[in-house]
Amino acid sequence: MAPPFEGIGASVRRKEDLRFISGHGHYTDDINRPGQVYAYFRRSDRPHAKIVSIDTKEAAAAPGVLAIYTAADLAAIGGLPCGWQIHNKDGSPMAEPKHPVLAEGRVRHVGDPIAVVIAETKQQAKDAAELLAIDFEDLPGVATVTDAVKPGAPQVHDGVANNVCYDWHIGDKAAVDAAFARAAHKVRLDLTNNRLIPNAMEPRAAIGEYDAATGDYTLYTTTQNPHVIRLLMCAFVLQLPEHKVRVVAPDVGGGFGSKIYHYAEEAVVTWAAAKLHRPIKWTAERSESFMSDAHGRDHVTTGELALDKDGKFIGLRVHTYANMGAYLSTFATAVPTYLSATLLAGTYTTPAIYGEVTAVFTNTVPVDAYRGAGRPETAYLIERLVDCAARETGIDRVEIRRRNFIPRSAFPYQTPVALQYDSGDYVATLDVAMKKADWAGFPARRAAAAAKGRLRGIGMSTYIEACGVAPSAVAGALGARAGLYEVANIRFNPTGSVTVFTGTHSHGQGHETTLAQLVTEQLGVPLAQVEVVHGDTAKIPFGMGTYGSRSLAVGGSAMVKAMDKIIAKGKKIAAHLLEADVRDIEFKDGKFTVAGTDKSKTIGEIAFTAYVPHNYPHEELEPGLEETAFYDPKNFTFPGGCHICEVEIDRDTGVVHVVNFTAVDDVGRVVNPMIVEGQVQGGVAQGIGQALLENAAYDASGQLVSGSFMDYTMPRADDLPSFHVATENTMCTHNPLGSKGCGEVGAIGSPPAVINAVVDALRDYGVRHVDMPATPAKIWSIMHAAAPKMAAE
Amino acid sequence: MPQVSLTVNGKPASAEVEARTLLVELLREKLGLTGTHVGCDTSQCGACVVHVDGMAVKSCTMLAVQADGAKVTTIEGLAAADGTLHPMQEMFREHHALQCGFCTPGMVMTAIDLVATHPDGLTEEQIRHGLEGNLCRCTGYHNIVKAIAAAWPLMHGKGMPAAAE
Amino acid sequence: MYDFAYQKPASIADAAKLLADPEAKALAGGMTLIPVLKQRLNKPATVVDLSKLGLAGITVSGGMVAIGAMTTHVTVARSAEVKKAIPALASLAANIGDRAVRYRGTIGGSLANNDPTADYPAAVLALGATIKTNRRSIDADSYFQGMFATALEPGEIITAVEFPVPEKAAYVKFPNPASRYAMVGVFVAKGPKGVRVAVTGAGQNGVHRHTAFEQALTKSWSAAALDGIATPSAGLNSDIHGSAEYRAHLVGVMAKRAVAAAG
Repeated sequence: MAPPFEGIGASVRRKEDLRFISGHGHYTDDINRPGQVYAYFRRSDRPHAKIVSIDTKEAAAAPGVLAIYTAADLAAIGGLPCGWQIHNKDGSPMAEPKHPVLAEGRVRHVGDPIAVVIAETKQQAKDAAELLAIDFEDLPGVATVTDAVKPGAPQVHDGVANNVCYDWHIGDKAAVDAAFARAAHKVRLDLTNNRLIPNAMEPRAAIGEYDAATGDYTLYTTTQNPHVIRLLMCAFVLQLPEHKVRVVAPDVGGGFGSKIYHYAEEAVVTWAAAKLHRPIKWTAERSESFMSDAHGRDHVTTGELALDKDGKFIGLRVHTYANMGAYLSTFATAVPTYLSATLLAGTYTTPAIYGEVTAVFTNTVPVDAYRGAGRPETAYLIERLVDCAARETGIDRVEIRRRNFIPRSAFPYQTPVALQYDSGDYVATLDVAMKKADWAGFPARRAAAAAKGRLRGIGMSTYIEACGVAPSAVAGALGARAGLYEVANIRFNPTGSVTVFTGTHSHGQGHETTLAQLVTEQLGVPLAQVEVVHGDTAKIPFGMGTYGSRSLAVGGSAMVKAMDKIIAKGKKIAAHLLEADVRDIEFKDGKFTVAGTDKSKTIGEIAFTAYVPHNYPHEELEPGLEETAFYDPKNFTFPGGCHICEVEIDRDTGVVHVVNFTAVDDVGRVVNPMIVEGQVQGGVAQGIGQALLENAAYDASGQLVSGSFMDYTMPRADDLPSFHVATENTMCTHNPLGSKGCGEVGAIGSPPAVINAVVDALRDYGVRHVDMPATPAKIWSIMHAAAPKMAAE
Repeated sequence: MPQVSLTVNGKPASAEVEARTLLVELLREKLGLTGTHVGCDTSQCGACVVHVDGMAVKSCTMLAVQADGAKVTTIEGLAAADGTLHPMQEMFREHHALQCGFCTPGMVMTAIDLVATHPDGLTEEQIRHGLEGNLCRCTGYHNIVKAIAAAWPLMHGKGMPAAAE
Repeated sequence: MYDFAYQKPASIADAAKLLADPEAKALAGGMTLIPVLKQRLNKPATVVDLSKLGLAGITVSGGMVAIGAMTTHVTVARSAEVKKAIPALASLAANIGDRAVRYRGTIGGSLANNDPTADYPAAVLALGATIKTNRRSIDADSYFQGMFATALEPGEIITAVEFPVPEKAAYVKFPNPASRYAMVGVFVAKGPKGVRVAVTGAGQNGVHRHTAFEQALTKSWSAAALDGIATPSAGLNSDIHGSAEYRAHLVGVMAKRAVAAAG
């Protein structure tokens, strides 16, 4: 019987699932170290205040308390760094106020950590934290970007005028002005991209440990990128030698961006472990997650599109206010700029584009990348603008897209905003999606719904995004303070099995399966004989981790390069064993064969020979079969596609039901279709969540109103339909796999499709735009306000 | 401190706890059963669902002392002694109903209860409604719903469902 | 949670003695009390577990459904007798919270707590039920005294709730999108005590009757009878999930749906 197909393209079941479905996953909070004690952080319950004094006496005397630390104790350590420096229009660097590990004299957002109590038990730490007597002097706070830039607004940081972190631009202003001057149609849209709270189901946690005998530190933490955390924490915060610090990211229960960043708690438990010589565990309660995990989105944007008389887009002008929160989180500054404004061309041939971003400090939790990170904001703006343009020019919304698509023949396509798209076929994804969603049959469905008293609408988005931020040299020139390559080490064991050490990290994506499939495909080793190791700086080479849908396109490409080296070396060993010229050795399906003969050796035999080198070309080769490759991509990858959403609105309550959702994405080479579909489904759920349900609400002063699942609407099973998900792929032209990435497409393509459908459903009410989330109350208010007008007509 | 004695996954267990100790804390911290997770502090996410005397309950919303004398089954206790998985576990794997795995234990325990209490069949709508108390951030629920539908005939002795797509 | 002493008395008399202490809190199903304690919003010295008092059970006789205070929501929801006598009550119980909550939560706990977004208070008020305690019987109209406030005195324990069987009844709620508690829930009933309409979730003072709807439905029991009767928004909640005006509107929508469902 032929072995089952387990290579590229096979929906093999996940290797990691057995431990998860049997309760044997190993998450950070599941780890307990001998002698472990517990940290609890006392956080600010006010948006903005001066800390007049902190009296720790009563808390220090409470049962079980080992230590209490405040900023005064941390004077010798640095602030949390920002990883991307943006420059203003005038070339000066952005404002970069210190982000202290514990608040220094002033709290700037609800959740800002002020003190840490370390005690023998979790409850004792929490009990004592309540006894800290903190004297505050409240200061006025500000929550929204529009309020924060007003003259006289409360100042979040001294010395940051008008709360502006940076004022940045991209594109050709003069060309855009000229385009608008000659435009036949101009369309303008003001919109908000609502603030979201990532809410990975596993709350963040960290355990710091110190071995006094060796001087070694270990940090177990819920991160997407252990080496990045080690680098940032050692180099910028604690000034520790990297080689004495091990960072372990065990099983991590979802990230969605929120676990990329270096957080205060990681530094504190590591630092304090050495003070107390006890392992220290901290696990966030969900309410802490709400006020301390970096939030996402929160842009206020104005977009203007100029069209000629034929409906061709000739110019695009965009201004965004981006909320940074109270401090700069690790990659916050790159999100509205290089991850967002560089995609303003969308899937269209718009020749002149100008984008401006004003980044603003407010008294809110820091904002950073959340699934999609900048691309959802741009896709939402463009796809909403295009729908408005269609309506205002009278051109069908599908037709206007077709008229403006970058044609397949135009790739590689240089946009006016820096990026060069390598491949894509926007007509193909559109056609397939329209067919799958039965776009043509919609009018009948709308009529049927109307007969039942319901409003039905359909909407689409034909979006593009960019994954696998790269190349490092370009990113560096643009202000990135980190490399963006990835690394893989492929190690054959003597008996022929393979261990893969990857710098990427899996926190739900299924790398232990997908990456193993690459080995099966390229080296012919059965899947069961391949193990993927990730998430431990003591085991893996220095890698950059997982975010921005980069793991396959960048990390997988590094594996391919490493495996190329394995094959090259294997050929030399095979040539020796088979007494042939290395140029005559062919490698296929796990076998080295002398071309044109039946003389061959399996890769397992070659591995054995490499480790038991009794008959071996020692003069030419080192023993062993293990190769490492670092891969720095030449470009981003550009997934895109078409999402179509169909909704029904209950006229009486304003509830929007998603009745049909179709996603047809171009993600390049698909390794495991089952996993890709799962990624898209999850992303679409988050996108629908953003469009209809989720909103991180602050009051005007900066008090977090939606601070728990009681008020923050997480999508539940009965909020969502089953999805129709498919891919229609063109290959990435510059990486060896052809893969583009699939982790974020769902969250990027879906929100504009949903809102376009909602606006379509409300077309008889004269509604032009509905801000996200389109909650029942909001929809009802819109219908309620429009009702008298309709009655009058 | 109160003493609690109970049966967990078929084995007797007992521990000294504070009165304020939650059942989930007893399971995770005293009994080392870390398969049951805590995902929120407002009794909404369902990551902590276990079976107490045959009922799927949130172990974060029950005091350990309330479970004195009870029979508790956790995710670790579902597979047979020889390692054979429960059909629900099997279907979760078959239908890719988990990604990060964090909500999975609670989701599986709720799903088993949902199927067991619907001997006459389960519609997609009933499944979705039945998962109201369990949050998942990864899957969009699509494959969880599929897995539960596929487990129904297995749990009710109707044989294997049709092969997965 | 702050620590406390845990007591599980075996008799109502012992329980009442323990609960006479103002620092003591009764624990029924714990579905509200335990989350409240976890948030450290309450610091009882003693928690008195009522689960060994024999207060669970359902009896239907003589046009009356009597439900023991410690009867769980799932028991009410699955009870063939309740489904037959007051299907609206079984259906209400089947939609409280989520599955896990329904296995633990009890009718007595829900009523003693009188959360303004709870479902049971609407049934009790609309059906004109009687709250039986260890000391007396309290009729529904005098039992509810505003948000989280009831007629219960220290040491007084609900033992059962008696519902007169109505001719027609139904409960329809609009759940809060985030918490899934009732943002607006309307229970309509036509029974021995006349037509009664109770609204939960919406009001700042918790469950209350809707007299304008009651009068209209007394004249004509039909959804159409409610057309044009506006619900004032004064006194209704307003928050990020909806304005008082929206809630007032929903009261009408839910009431009409309930009347239609009641048949």
